[in-house]
Amino acid sequence: MRATVTVMLKQGVLDPQGEAVRHALGALGFEGVEGVRQGKVIELDLADGTSQESVTAMCEKLLANTVIESYSISMA
Amino acid sequence: MKAAVIVFPGSNCDRDLAVAFEKAGFSVDMVWHKDPTLPEKVDIVGIPGGFSFGDYLRCGAIAGQSPVMQGVAAHVERGGYALGVCNGFQVLCETGLLPGALMRNSSLKFICRMQRLSVETTSSVFTQAYSQGQEIDIPLAHHDGNYVIAPEGLAALKDQDRVAFRYVGNPNGSTDDIAGVLSENRRVLGMMPHPERVIDATHGGTDGQAMFAGLTGALVGA
Repeated sequence: MRATVTVMLKQGVLDPQGEAVRHALGALGFEGVEGVRQGKVIELDLADGTSQESVTAMCEKLLANTVIESYSISMA
Repeated sequence: MKAAVIVFPGSNCDRDLAVAFEKAGFSVDMVWHKDPTLPEKVDIVGIPGGFSFGDYLRCGAIAGQSPVMQGVAAHVERGGYALGVCNGFQVLCETGLLPGALMRNSSLKFICRMQRLSVETTSSVFTQAYSQGQEIDIPLAHHDGNYVIAPEGLAALKDQDRVAFRYVGNPNGSTDDIAGVLSENRRVLGMMPHPERVIDATHGGTDGQAMFAGLTGALVGA
């Protein structure tokens, strides 16, 4: 089984990399890009039966820094 | 007086930090990250700059979970002193021993140059040898030094006089120009600039000497 963890900067935390991407898109002539937020996706290959609680613990302990980041988990 | 300097794979200021402690009169043990305990009778732990574990995932994240940090946390809980510089500051924030987090510089550029700081409190062993408001020049070398803390946390830092240094001219987007912060018991200092690089005039400056000399002065009497 696989879990996909998406880690994003929390709303309200300025994302300098996202801002740079937004500027670059504007410079390329793409109009109407009002905001860009950049995050990361972490795929975990897990033994069958691994619980979502366990993945949540992984996020809290290591995968995300909850001072500045939020995370979401999708299990498949 | 004994100092322990932690060495992670990718640390690169560990020897500089050890030299700074030695010059100030400490005996120094280098401690590998896999060691879950510190040597006995360590007065202060130094967590050096560098790129521990290649900065993978987040700066300081993997180092923060390494076995030696259990020993460091136990040392801090006992009231021991700790100094984290640059990557060491990131590690201390990742472990929760200091509040806040360090993000990518707002310019997105790696900054490597001398930086003027203002000494914001002299009420700590690290800063007591400076004068309040004194301006000092300490080098920067970081890509992720943009200090972020929530408004409540910032208010607590200010109320408790725990901002140790502020940048004079904010180089990296840090909240409230913060360059270094103290723990609640004032015995843990994390800072992005590198005081251990300015302890010898032949290396371009001596403004870091007072920090290490001040530590010696305080810990001799302790």
